[in-house]
Amino acid sequence: MSSTNTPHSPTHHTSTIGAIGAPSRRNTELALLVFAVVIPVFAYANVGLAINDEVPAGLLSYGLGLGLLAGVGHLVVRKFAPYADPLLLPLATLLNGLGLVAIWRLDQSELLQSIKQAGTAAPRQLLYTALGIALFIAVVIFLKDHRVLQRYTYISMVGALFLLLLPLVPGLGQNIYGAKIWISVAGFSIQPGEFAKIVLAVFFAGYLMVKRDALALASRRFMGLYLPRGRDLGPILVVWAISILILVFETDLGTSLLFFGMFVIMLYVATERTSWIVFGLLMSAAGAVGVASFEPHIQQRVDAWLDPMREYTLSRANEVGHSEQAMQALWAFGSGGTLGTGWGQGHSDLIRFAANSDFILATFGEELGLAGVMALLLLYALIAERGVRTALAARDPFGKLLAIGLSGAFALQVFVVAGGVMGLIPLTGMTMPFLAYGGSSVIANWALIGILLRISDTARRPAPAPAANPDAEMTQVVRPS
Amino acid sequence: MNKPLRRIAIFCGLLVLTLLIRDNWLQYVKADDLKDDEHNRRVAIARYASPRGDIIVDGKAITGHATTDGDFKYKRTYKDGAMWAPVTGYVSQVYGATQLEAIDDGILTGNDDRLFFRNTLDMITGKQKEGGNVVTTLNAAAQKAAYNGLKAQGGKGAVVALEPSTGKILALASFPSYDPSTIAGDGASDGKAWQKLQKKNNPDDPMLNRALREVYPPGSTFKVVTAAAALEHGKYTEADQKTETPLPWIMPGTTTPLKNEGNIPCEDATLRVALQYSCNTVFGKIGADLGNEKMLETAKKFGFTEEQFTPVRSSASVFSDDMNDSQTALSSIGQFNTAATPLQMAMVAAAVANNGTLMKPYMVDELQAPNLDTIEKTDPEEYSKPLSAENAQILQSMMETVVKDGTGKNAQIPGVTVGGKTGTAQHGVENSENPYAWFISYAKQSDNSSPVAVAVVIEDENANRDDISGGGLAAPIAKSVMEAVINSKK
Repeated sequence: MSSTNTPHSPTHHTSTIGAIGAPSRRNTELALLVFAVVIPVFAYANVGLAINDEVPAGLLSYGLGLGLLAGVGHLVVRKFAPYADPLLLPLATLLNGLGLVAIWRLDQSELLQSIKQAGTAAPRQLLYTALGIALFIAVVIFLKDHRVLQRYTYISMVGALFLLLLPLVPGLGQNIYGAKIWISVAGFSIQPGEFAKIVLAVFFAGYLMVKRDALALASRRFMGLYLPRGRDLGPILVVWAISILILVFETDLGTSLLFFGMFVIMLYVATERTSWIVFGLLMSAAGAVGVASFEPHIQQRVDAWLDPMREYTLSRANEVGHSEQAMQALWAFGSGGTLGTGWGQGHSDLIRFAANSDFILATFGEELGLAGVMALLLLYALIAERGVRTALAARDPFGKLLAIGLSGAFALQVFVVAGGVMGLIPLTGMTMPFLAYGGSSVIANWALIGILLRISDTARRPAPAPAANPDAEMTQVVRPS
Repeated sequence: MNKPLRRIAIFCGLLVLTLLIRDNWLQYVKADDLKDDEHNRRVAIARYASPRGDIIVDGKAITGHATTDGDFKYKRTYKDGAMWAPVTGYVSQVYGATQLEAIDDGILTGNDDRLFFRNTLDMITGKQKEGGNVVTTLNAAAQKAAYNGLKAQGGKGAVVALEPSTGKILALASFPSYDPSTIAGDGASDGKAWQKLQKKNNPDDPMLNRALREVYPPGSTFKVVTAAAALEHGKYTEADQKTETPLPWIMPGTTTPLKNEGNIPCEDATLRVALQYSCNTVFGKIGADLGNEKMLETAKKFGFTEEQFTPVRSSASVFSDDMNDSQTALSSIGQFNTAATPLQMAMVAAAVANNGTLMKPYMVDELQAPNLDTIEKTDPEEYSKPLSAENAQILQSMMETVVKDGTGKNAQIPGVTVGGKTGTAQHGVENSENPYAWFISYAKQSDNSSPVAVAVVIEDENANRDDISGGGLAAPIAKSVMEAVINSKK
């Protein structure tokens, strides 16, 4: 248990002091938001000038649109979550805005247009962004207290399993380049895994909050590690099994790794037992190697990672099941060099398929160079850092677990996707949060930011919420004020 | 709970740090390798992003450029592509470049280091990058005469014309040829055209540069080299000296007599008469008498056994160094292992015409920057001195007799002194295939300077065997090329 959460009586003294000590930082947020809108607008103008020698016609509406969305988001936060973290909203807006610019830039590629991989992606992405921010606003307005989510622990479990299984439903699921993580509804491709990420985090947080003492304390010490009892291994085995099933049936290493990683992180935080990390690593390694030994799609991804040039050659020779994307992405990064070619002047469209979604980081790599990609990675690091800080500041274990689960998953996702595109690990079917084209990803990640903002608002709010001790509440009620 | 939270924070930090390190590895350490990787299409995109400089003949560009759809912005076009292909080579968005297009690629694309300063200046002033030009030594009229002559003939063949006093290549034609414009782009039609031009699909092998890259047995034209060897090694000192050659002449070490073509006056003929009638016996005996070593020495001085860089590389012509006397005898009449490129035989004629001094053949006069400043100029260079001026003049008088009274009458040009030598080389097992018709010649102006030396070879599968003789098929082409050069000088 942390020091911030030590039981204390909620006296007037603490609340008065708290009110003085915690400025809301809403103006900081507003100032940062201005940058988060202006930077993508300049980038947008830059792309237009580079490609068509003119400021794009949609500049004003794009700028106003993004500004309006960010402004409404800000006002809602100001009203409903005044003490929320001031960085998260601007960071998400900036990434989303830059993603829109990159998607629009790839829309201009004749090559991508000719293979129907781009052309009208940017307006759709702007629509998804609006939907995402609407969901964000809904979360901030209607989720008055994140602890409400605790009530839905087991419903969340069922919901998450449902979402994860959806792509396997015949007729609904889609197999896109080997990975079955999409479903198709009314012409839209949806990646349920992106939503499952959040729902699962809710389930894990609620479950672990209840069980953590049993999991943490009932253990035997062996070789410096606390080994859990056999029956306490149950939950981690179940999650592991589900991850393996995802890997086998949906053949997506990224989603599988993400969920299992998120669980291990939350388990570790809940129990403070390092042994879980060791177990988790061993189990994921065993699972990945085990599945890779018989699943050809995973094998092929690993082969492509080990020797992308060979994969490129095979693809060029029209061998079925091979893709030149990995090598094309590496060339895009290499050709960008330190400072990049500048917006609109690269050739990352050579990646062809998924150039504006899974591989969008390569466009940034080529056109903004090492400097730009490092800046982007640091923006992501900042989001994760603000999430962890929210977890640290949260006063209740559920909030702590949920915040660390969401931000841990966010960081893992960034690592898995960016690492895949940069050839550090095998490619997976996930996308860069906010940057990549794709409704599910944008909408789900805005919801994620909304929940983090809610937790941070609760954490930083001067008048602490009623303590968990019902006796203390009783006392408070009877005391004359 | 906060201790594990902090550790998770560090873990997240490490994840990002790993990504940052990987990114630095990719975009800094490995950046240049990836950027310049030949498979990286960006290399080709940059190459075709600006119009290529031109290859110039007689002040006019024989190349051009066209804009294309797709990511390659410009592609090469050629004017009279088939005629000039042996000079230009090709540059294709898919199949790379050859010959001048490849050798002077740096100048033509503008990427040459010598253009660096200019490029940087252009980049600052926002001017589009341009390629420089390659100015050739070729003579458009001569080239046209050569190509059209071959085309009219219809068989495979090649023509090379040189300016004897400088080594400038005036004509370089090969037939059948191909239009490099058809394979310059990256479209489906370019791919089809390319496939059609490949030797395996086209037995005529139109992409073979016969003027530089094919070696043919030179046949009787090689007798000029043998005569030069006889004079240079002091075996004879005059054209009209009896050669004391018996008829029939039995090749040393054998019982086989060397045959002449037809009933010609070769018994004890003079050099002049022997060349005039193309006596195998006389020149075979000279070769056998001089021996392999001395014959090889002279042949080498004319350029045999070495590749020539014009700067487009030519194949090395062959004169063996390990032959017995009878083999040397056969080699000395241009048979057995002896084989020469058309360029080589033009060099032989040019050396004789230039009073014994052989100039190094070249086809690039100068390289120009985009603003037409000269970047590099080629100066004529002496290659060797295969024979003395006196001996060269003796040989000239003999070759002039060939055209005036002998087998080369078809090359006569009114008012111009022409010296030449015909050749009909047999090839194939037991000489079963059609012979090659050769003609080498030079023209001399009234001041005794020679503006042009030519070599023509024709391999004709369709023609009647008897019709094929250097004088009949090849000499008229040589004549028209020489006339074209002389007329263009007026």
